[in-house]
Amino acid sequence: MKISSGTIRLLIPAASLILLLAAVFYMQPRAMSYTGLNLLFNLAVPIALATVAQMLIMAVNDLDLSMGTFVSFCACVTATFLQSSPAVGVLIFLSAIAAYAAIGVVIHLRELPSIVVTLGMSFVWGGLAVLMLPSPGGEAPGWARWLMTSRPPFVPMAIVASVVIALATHFLIMRSSAGVLIRGVGGNVRSVERAGWSVIRIRAGTYALAGFFAVLSGIALVGLTTSADANIALRYTLLSIAGVILGGGEFVGGKVSPIGAVIGALTLTLAGSFLSFMRISPDWQIGAQGAILIVVLALRLFLNRLEKREKSR
Amino acid sequence: MPPTIDDVFRMNEVTARREVVAARGIKVTFGAVKALDGADLVIHAGECVGLVGHNGAGKSTIVNVINGGLTPHAGEITHAGKGGQHGISAARASGIRCVFQELSLCPNLTVTENARIMHAELAGWNWRTKARALVERKLQDIFPGHRIDCDSTVDDLSIAERQMVEIAISFAGLHEKPKLVILDEPTSSLDAGLAAQLMAYIRRFVGEGGSVLLISHILGEILSTSDRIVVMKDGRVVADRAAPEFSSRSLVEAMGNVVREQEWLRSPGKRGGAPVLSTPPRRGHGLAFEAHRGEMVGLAGLGGHGQTETLLDLYLSRNGNWWPAREKEISFVAGDRGLNGTFPLWSILKNLSIASLRNLSSNSIVDRGREASLGNGWKKRIEIRTPDMENHILSLSGGNQQKVLFARALATTARIVLMDDPMRGVDVGTKQEVYEILRAEAAGGRTFIWYSTEMDEIRLCDRVYVFREGAIVAELVGDEITEQNVLEASFAGGEAA
Repeated sequence: MKISSGTIRLLIPAASLILLLAAVFYMQPRAMSYTGLNLLFNLAVPIALATVAQMLIMAVNDLDLSMGTFVSFCACVTATFLQSSPAVGVLIFLSAIAAYAAIGVVIHLRELPSIVVTLGMSFVWGGLAVLMLPSPGGEAPGWARWLMTSRPPFVPMAIVASVVIALATHFLIMRSSAGVLIRGVGGNVRSVERAGWSVIRIRAGTYALAGFFAVLSGIALVGLTTSADANIALRYTLLSIAGVILGGGEFVGGKVSPIGAVIGALTLTLAGSFLSFMRISPDWQIGAQGAILIVVLALRLFLNRLEKREKSR
Repeated sequence: MPPTIDDVFRMNEVTARREVVAARGIKVTFGAVKALDGADLVIHAGECVGLVGHNGAGKSTIVNVINGGLTPHAGEITHAGKGGQHGISAARASGIRCVFQELSLCPNLTVTENARIMHAELAGWNWRTKARALVERKLQDIFPGHRIDCDSTVDDLSIAERQMVEIAISFAGLHEKPKLVILDEPTSSLDAGLAAQLMAYIRRFVGEGGSVLLISHILGEILSTSDRIVVMKDGRVVADRAAPEFSSRSLVEAMGNVVREQEWLRSPGKRGGAPVLSTPPRRGHGLAFEAHRGEMVGLAGLGGHGQTETLLDLYLSRNGNWWPAREKEISFVAGDRGLNGTFPLWSILKNLSIASLRNLSSNSIVDRGREASLGNGWKKRIEIRTPDMENHILSLSGGNQQKVLFARALATTARIVLMDDPMRGVDVGTKQEVYEILRAEAAGGRTFIWYSTEMDEIRLCDRVYVFREGAIVAELVGDEITEQNVLEASFAGGEAA
């Protein structure tokens, strides 16, 4: 049977997640329980949502460097306005999503590098977050807290949420006819243009959708932590990019995989716990995390090359 | 009064000659270059029009005007007799589809997903099923016995399969069939069998009332498949007659330029001794390439048939891909100034001296004085029109920028200079000046290898290799270098590739 390149793309992240999970269970058998799994993957849910948002941006050949500050901003809104006066909170979120669409339009119209525009925007989001919550505080809305801490039977919430996110985005990006257009823009803009589509609308829609997922990420994060801080999610910018790449996505060419992205986010979260179990001092953890990333990516490069050689033969 | 037989006949005549698209008096200019200079092209329902012409004749430009991608500066476009609207959507709405020479599928999507991009009406819950059925039916229709899996990613398909998919998607229609399909070199990567299947399908499609605009460098295809052949030259239509009135020979003659015949003094007898540069035949067929000292070798043929690749191969044969050689034997004059020629933020002098910095520096420090004197020497020699060599490179006109790039290559100690169609968009006066310099340098023992899309420049060379489909198909020496001979070699005769 012929294995498609998409399947191979998904195989490596899945295999590395399983390998890492096996290592964690070997070192700490007590993690192999309902509570243990929930604790391991709890923080993966907001990261997975942010990774999906980043993946959308990368699907149209752009990169969002404001993901971390934007999620922090959303977390601050959730812990303040959304909690005290939900209508205002929703309005803020809607305008934030509209702002994301506008960023997409500006990047497309002026042919600006997305890195520059989003880097600039990261200061705007960061500033707004500090204005709202100068010191850590706020309170999570009851429903968000309830949703993130609910205990469904048999399978912990973290796993259920990850599977739901993976399947929903897979349907949206990989199966729906609109998702085809998004990935088409990443693959070959001219061909989409020549077919009579408005690329500017597609790009704006993609950015808005990414903004929507980032908002969800902020809400999920506050649901877990119960309070917010202007710097709560700064790591998410790089984590989300690493998650997309780890999950088989690529920087250019519209090659993305939502299921892979969620798996990538889970792997990155697990890598942190794994290193703690290994009793590696926190000073070295970031470096070790980087090493894991390099190993996985090297493996993928190797498989890609193998595949290419197969094809040319 | 009931219609007479005559009326019915005339009405049939009218419907048979219904215009699908008409472009009249189209003018398009890119800067100083006139791409189209009052071209007319009318395509009726139920006919296959062949379009031929040499490089820069305006074929691609008129195709882009018809499919709405390019707005003409003068002239009018009418769809089915109605004018007014123009643009990609308007052209698509009137049933015009285009298969481009370069691949225009999304490589990251599957075949069915690409069909969805091309056909907006493929939407809703079971669009995948509909799209797969549509493409599979059309592929089976055009290329019976094909073995393409519509769920595979385009990346995983071979070049020929990609072209087949693109053709099938363009001819397919969910609700209504396309009225006009433009095929730009559709057989360039298909083998003879597949090409024959495509030509047979074109005849069937035309027989059912559709129209096709066929562009190909294989004259046999054009002659056997088209009803009418349009020949373009220098942005105009120079011949527009029924296909049976043409033969391979008369087509080549129509494309060529018989009037202007300049005589150049060629220096004979340069072929003595060992070649300074040589390569075996490309892709295992065609002729081998070699160049001798002091020779001017031209690379001719239609654009994109392997000339630039040959230049790059030649360059890499004397220079490492990873680690540049210490002593450069070869220098390169790029064709696309903006892309890989100039450093747009630097001064004229810095742009000129970059290739010879090693000779200008002592102890890894650039000697400003020597750099300036080099700049002034070349400024006088090739007359770069600027008051100060420290001015910004972009303050120069395109032609003068190109002169700086020539000076950059000639200022080095390299004995071989490769040129990748460097005179694109340069005015005639500058060209003449550069030709003079090249002649003088060649007489001084430098070897020039020159890819050019312009016949006048090809005629300046001592020897010319003509390329077709990535290989050298002909070698012309001295007086054999005529437009007629170059055209004949660059267009394949009767046989499909």
